[in-house]
Amino acid sequence: MVKVGVIAAQGAISEHRDAFKKAFKETGLKGDVVLIRDKEDVSAADGIAIPGGESTTIAKYLHRTGIAGEIIKKVTNENMPVMGTCAGCVLLAKEIIDDQSEKVNPLSLMNMSVKRNAFGRQRESFEATVNVEDFGKPYHAVFIRAPTITKTWGNCKPIAMFENKIVGAQQDNLLALSFHPELTSDLMFHKYFLKLVIKQP
Amino acid sequence: MTKELDFKQLRHGTELLKRGFAKMQKGGVIMDVTNAEQAKIAEEAGAVAVMALERVPADIRAQGGVARMADPAKIQEIMDAVTIPVMAKCRIGHFAEAQALEALGVDMLDESEVLTPADPFYHIDKRGFTIPFVCGCRNLGEAVRRIWEGAAMIRTKGEAGTGNIIEAIRHQRIVDGSIKHLKLMEDADIYLLAEEYTQSYVKATEEITGREVDVNTPVFGKYLLDDIKQDIFEILKEIKEIQRLPVVNFAAGGIATPADAAIMMQLGSDGVFVGSGIFKSSNPTKRAKAIVDAVANYDKPEVIAEVSKNLGDAMPGQEIDKLDVRLQERGW
Repeated sequence: MVKVGVIAAQGAISEHRDAFKKAFKETGLKGDVVLIRDKEDVSAADGIAIPGGESTTIAKYLHRTGIAGEIIKKVTNENMPVMGTCAGCVLLAKEIIDDQSEKVNPLSLMNMSVKRNAFGRQRESFEATVNVEDFGKPYHAVFIRAPTITKTWGNCKPIAMFENKIVGAQQDNLLALSFHPELTSDLMFHKYFLKLVIKQP
Repeated sequence: MTKELDFKQLRHGTELLKRGFAKMQKGGVIMDVTNAEQAKIAEEAGAVAVMALERVPADIRAQGGVARMADPAKIQEIMDAVTIPVMAKCRIGHFAEAQALEALGVDMLDESEVLTPADPFYHIDKRGFTIPFVCGCRNLGEAVRRIWEGAAMIRTKGEAGTGNIIEAIRHQRIVDGSIKHLKLMEDADIYLLAEEYTQSYVKATEEITGREVDVNTPVFGKYLLDDIKQDIFEILKEIKEIQRLPVVNFAAGGIATPADAAIMMQLGSDGVFVGSGIFKSSNPTKRAKAIVDAVANYDKPEVIAEVSKNLGDAMPGQEIDKLDVRLQERGW
């Protein structure tokens, strides 16, 4: 039985928890969801999701609690799968390129650059259909003050596009999405992530 | 696919986007700030958003007079200083202030009783806006009316600018108690409650027209009484089912200490607004961070104890029954 941990700093925590519970049920995979509040909780998780919220707030929490260091260790040593949505996507990046980027200290795990609030403020938030490679069907995505992935390199590859912009990327077991799959009923990405977690020895 | 087609597919200002924005604030602290410097302190402390104001509620209360939306130049200065969302307040019913603030680009509007109400009859029809609204409430009826009008987030009114938590706790307990009570109610009783909750629209319309409302009289914008009643009935049934409000619910109005924040979270709030509590205290930087920590660790008393140490003086507090104006009585 695998355990998926949801970082419980701030933001769409219960939405991710509920989505994973449903994804376990619908796929028939055996597993449970745990909330990660302290660094000790990280060892219990086989995969971790970093929810949407405010990237500055969540980053401070991850570093202050020591959760950041534990995640980096487990990814480096055990190839632990991590999924980051919106703020989580920002935190997975090696490089943040907007003009106040010094405000966020990311986990620096994925070979990509991100730009925060790339589409603008809340007024410019939108719902749209995005093209996801390998999924064979369009996906309805919710972008809220969303970042974009401006560049990927090395083994990090774009997996989702919207109007020539990269809105999803994968690097081995790490999955970054600039939108919010936890806010819609299509659990495609949660199920996809569970498969990454289950595959781990 | 052409660019034009893509553009048509793009949808802005939907309920999902508005309520979704509020969900991203959960578990966080939203702080009142009056300039760029304060906004940076709030962001550095870990606030999830700031509320841009000209004066904090304690000063509005002390100075009296008509309180209006803040100078857009002030708000712009704050928007330029931080990357977290910036919210601003408009007067109850003042949709032109709301339009101006939306045009400025603020991320969320607070139709707030802290400012002097502009419309004696109606709150703003919030569905017509692209950006989301947060509104205050004292009870389930106010909460449900604001949600029906399109609010994407609800907060307790509490009693702003007092540093006194009692009214926020009162409002949280009343809303929560009413939600629990819905569980015991049959649909017929819930329908009667929906009818009761629509009475303020009837009263306003009768005051305006000088005659009794009938089935063909719109009572809020273009909406007829029966339609509102039916919608509110549906909202109440959803609340009964999920046993919480269908939108994010924050605490506000009187939070001054980390323990104040923690008690509101333990009573079921999704997060807290701190108005005068931070920048009217003797050490705003330290207190702001302490309240952020308290919200994240609201159920860990040892953390609350630790972060409460040596914070200096909290804002000066006020007894509710000695107040000249009770801001919570604004709005209906």
